[in-house]
Amino acid sequence: MTDRVGVFEAVNQAISWALRLRVLAAFSASSASVQRGPGAESLTGTGVGKMIHSLFLINCSGDIFLEKHWKSVVSQSVCDYFFEAQEKAADVENVPPVISTPHHYLISIYRDKLFFVSVIQTEVPPLFVIEFLHRVADTFQDYFGECSEAAIKDNVVIVYELLEEMLDNGFPLATESNILKELIKPPTILRSVVNSITGSSNVGDTLPTGQLSNIPWRRAGVKYTNNEAYFDVVEEIDAIIDKSGSTVFAEIQGVIDACIKLSGMPDLSLSFMNPRLLDDVSFHPCIRFKRWESERVLSFIPPDGNFRLISYRVSSQNLVAIPVYVKHSISFKENSSCGRFDITIGPKQNMGKTIEGITVTVHMPKVVLNMNLTTTQGSYTFDPVTKVLTWDVGKITPQKLPSLKGLVNLQSGAPKPEENPSLNIQFKIQQLAISGLKVNRLDMYGEKYKPFKGVKYVTKAGKFQVRT
Amino acid sequence: MSSNSFSYNEQSGGGEATELGQEATSTISPSGAFGLFSSDLKKNEDLKQMLESNKDSAKLDAMKRIVGMIAKGKNASELFPAVVKNVASKNIEIKKLVYVYLVRYAEEQQDLALLSISTFQRALKDPNQLIRASALRVLSSIRVPIIVPIMMLAIKEASADLSPYVRKNAAHAIQKLYSLDPEQKEMLIEVIEKLLKDKSTLVAGSVVMAFEEVCPDRIDLIHKNYRKLCNLLVDVEEWGQVVIIHMLTRYARTQFVSPWKEGDELEDNEKNFYESDDDQKEKTDKRKKPYTMDPDHRLLIRNTKPLLQSRNAAVVMAVAQLYWHISPKSEAGIISKSLVRLLRSNREVQYIVLQNIATMSIQRKGMFEPYLKSFYVRSTDPTMIKTLKLEILTNLANEANISTLLREFQTYVKSQDKQFAAATIQTIGRCATNILEVTDTCLNGLVCLLSNRDEIVVAESVVVIKKLLQMQPVQHGEIIKHMAKLLDSITVPVARASILWLIGENCERVPKIAPDVLRKMAKSFTSEDDLVKLQILNLGAKLYLTNSKQTKLLTQYLLNLGKYDQNYDIRDRTRFIRQLIVPNEKSGALSKYAKKIFLAQKPAPLLESPFKDRDHFQLGTLSHTLNIKATGYLELSNWPEVAPDPSVRNVEVIELAKEWTPAGKAKQENSAKKFYSESEEEEDSSDSSSDS
Repeated sequence: MTDRVGVFEAVNQAISWALRLRVLAAFSASSASVQRGPGAESLTGTGVGKMIHSLFLINCSGDIFLEKHWKSVVSQSVCDYFFEAQEKAADVENVPPVISTPHHYLISIYRDKLFFVSVIQTEVPPLFVIEFLHRVADTFQDYFGECSEAAIKDNVVIVYELLEEMLDNGFPLATESNILKELIKPPTILRSVVNSITGSSNVGDTLPTGQLSNIPWRRAGVKYTNNEAYFDVVEEIDAIIDKSGSTVFAEIQGVIDACIKLSGMPDLSLSFMNPRLLDDVSFHPCIRFKRWESERVLSFIPPDGNFRLISYRVSSQNLVAIPVYVKHSISFKENSSCGRFDITIGPKQNMGKTIEGITVTVHMPKVVLNMNLTTTQGSYTFDPVTKVLTWDVGKITPQKLPSLKGLVNLQSGAPKPEENPSLNIQFKIQQLAISGLKVNRLDMYGEKYKPFKGVKYVTKAGKFQVRT
Repeated sequence: MSSNSFSYNEQSGGGEATELGQEATSTISPSGAFGLFSSDLKKNEDLKQMLESNKDSAKLDAMKRIVGMIAKGKNASELFPAVVKNVASKNIEIKKLVYVYLVRYAEEQQDLALLSISTFQRALKDPNQLIRASALRVLSSIRVPIIVPIMMLAIKEASADLSPYVRKNAAHAIQKLYSLDPEQKEMLIEVIEKLLKDKSTLVAGSVVMAFEEVCPDRIDLIHKNYRKLCNLLVDVEEWGQVVIIHMLTRYARTQFVSPWKEGDELEDNEKNFYESDDDQKEKTDKRKKPYTMDPDHRLLIRNTKPLLQSRNAAVVMAVAQLYWHISPKSEAGIISKSLVRLLRSNREVQYIVLQNIATMSIQRKGMFEPYLKSFYVRSTDPTMIKTLKLEILTNLANEANISTLLREFQTYVKSQDKQFAAATIQTIGRCATNILEVTDTCLNGLVCLLSNRDEIVVAESVVVIKKLLQMQPVQHGEIIKHMAKLLDSITVPVARASILWLIGENCERVPKIAPDVLRKMAKSFTSEDDLVKLQILNLGAKLYLTNSKQTKLLTQYLLNLGKYDQNYDIRDRTRFIRQLIVPNEKSGALSKYAKKIFLAQKPAPLLESPFKDRDHFQLGTLSHTLNIKATGYLELSNWPEVAPDPSVRNVEVIELAKEWTPAGKAKQENSAKKFYSESEEEEDSSDSSSDS
């Protein structure tokens, strides 16, 4: 006891007597329990713990640049098992998301060139952890504009504060962006200037109202001078087209992203002309499921700001219109060090809209050394290291179809590639939802003002692959 | 102003040096040794000074730098005394950062950590619920055994707090205290029992989490809260939903009888599950069979269904496993659509979901057949995703779709990703054995692949063909001849060994070729791989037994080579074979049976899915993903033969009478029957009652 008091005095002139007395009182109150059993001391730190124990952020060159522990500290050396698995995998995409080590389990995600590696000690649904890690990455993206090593390092304090709020004892606490933003304000240049002058802080001191209410996703007291509600209907076509141009598989995946800047507590309902098109829908928690079940209307009190309202799939029974076609002839000659490459893109079933933003990406076989091509439109690049050919086409004008053709130089002596590479195609069509989905109307209840409403439609290529 | 900027410069300069110095100390003494490294002391001096200054901005700067050090995994423990003094700071940001620091280092500096306790004790009584909650969070995160009684007291008080947010934090604190001192279990269970009764959606998930960790076997605590949990579920936050659903799955398996009919046929499923949504079928089902589902069982199944629409993959998976494990088989079909939806997500989610689908698709093919094309492989998929998809496609293959699938496989075989191409060939082999109609087609296809330019593809084909031929006692002389020719070109040892074994097994069917192959092999014996050498010896032995006239000398030559081989396995095998096949005085009775031994009918290998037996793990769990029992895995029990007393779930009338009018009571009893129309009101009333 004496040396304890000694330490106190050495270090702590500033602490008031009152406080010290309380501490000593706490001591005497608890000393009985300490004596009780030998187990008490030795059990420290051996406790089991559910969910996420620690988190390590690792960059592409294998540096651990951030660690956070929610329970006892786990040594960085646990990541060695991860590095081992990473070495075994052919590329980053193939690092197994779940790794078992002698004392821990590692569950990791790969996002924006970073690995988020979490340390787990006991049974937990792996998707729980994976989904949470992605939510962390989303939050970083939301706060810092990008989820990169530099952004995280620059904002390490905010990152730490966020992680502290998002997880308590390894169990998610607050993951809604609206709540987090009330607790910890995102960094802006203006705010940091203001803070340095006024001495105010980035950390909120009251519990966000959302945490307690039945609508945890919305903060209270929202006020805008211009009240606006925008919806983006974005549809992506996933397709596999075979050699002959016929569709092996095609499906439409859509999302409705909303940007809601409305004061107060607006209660919105969004209805569609043809809601039956939506075959399988997943909802933001704000949507009242029962209204959808009974009336096929999206009824909700929205979060403030940007969020994804629903994602949906259009029933695969419906035939999917494929907006582009590709004519291709790619051939490699036997016993010769060159091959021919010729692709042309044209519009097909484009509903009278322009197809723009077309990009073609091709992973050429390893034996390809270089490509000498000419294009009638846009520009192309070929990376001889990764063997990726990218052709940035731009817009299609039906009068003159864009094409790319020329010679392929192969490594001499190597056998000719077995298979022709697949073409991955990106495109965009504005003002069109390819499924034909149409928003009927948006009604607002609960507030008196008249909001400005807008709906935008875009169709894009999702995982759109043409086999050759 | 000028002095200010000066000190700032110094700080930043010093900061770097500090970090360097820290790295040196951290390797030697993790628990901060004062004064041992005088230079270090000096480097951290400026941080200490800043912490002791009376300007909040300086303190904040210092704390930010310290948190930066912690984040990088550097040791900042020696600043403990200076930091801990700021625990009572008025500035909330400083305070929070001090909390971060405390939680990180309290365990190492237990004595000093005690200095902060009284501040937390005071904060626990703060009128602001956020401050109460965060004080409890930090207090319970300080892993110092001496404060266990204080923590216990704080948890008890917080569990009765008016704010549900504080009660939620109390539920989290239960787990922390339990891991610090398991001896508190009994008292903690009391708190859990109390919190389980809580009607707030905010608390539900956290307390069930605590329950799962502290006393998962005390299923009796759930009875009275079962219906409430089912009804609250839709409004609980997503993470809590996952935990509750997993717990309720386990609960249901102990409390209800099996809804699975005896001899539930796959065919039956396939027809039924598309219509599973309509209640009509449900009713007819019930009329036909004596089995009636407990209304509480039905309640759980019905109330989890909307969550299949959740944006959170973990929730969707949790509901899917619940349906898989506890719903009637005819109703489980609705989960497939949602699971397939998750395949649009990132690769990690895909990986886990595909694994679970792979397990499901073995047992109930029909569930995923309509989505066959969703499992088609794209060249841009990572290999691990490709192989999982392939696995599922194999499981789904049947007479009707096999021709489409084989056409699809042809594309895969040509893939640039050779590992994947090899896996496809294995798959074709499995399809060939499972679906007899296409065995010949597959075999022909594989034989075509033998002339492929890629060695890995050829080797894999050889191995698979070997397995297929072994399964079919039919004559395949042509294929064997073709493969014998391959020996001249192919170099992959496994493939060479497979060919040799195949020729040996069928040496009587190819009497002209076999001896010639042996002749060629004798020439190259010394340069072959060990695996191949063993098979050459086997081939020699088999030929010696069947055709000793032509091959006697050759075999003896080989046995001599083998006798002096560097590898002891080969020497061993040589000795064994010589004793067995070459009769001499010493050779025992065994050699009479040599032919039977070598040319016995061998059982064909079974080509099976690696996911075949995984379903004994609860789906969606870590154990299922790893296919090993993870620490803390809670076994899913088998359905009881006879259902335990269902009345235990009835909520006592007295308790209701206290808060509700008789009308309210009636509502509660009805809730099992018509949840959708009632639940909203009920939740509202429960919320208001918890607020009051």
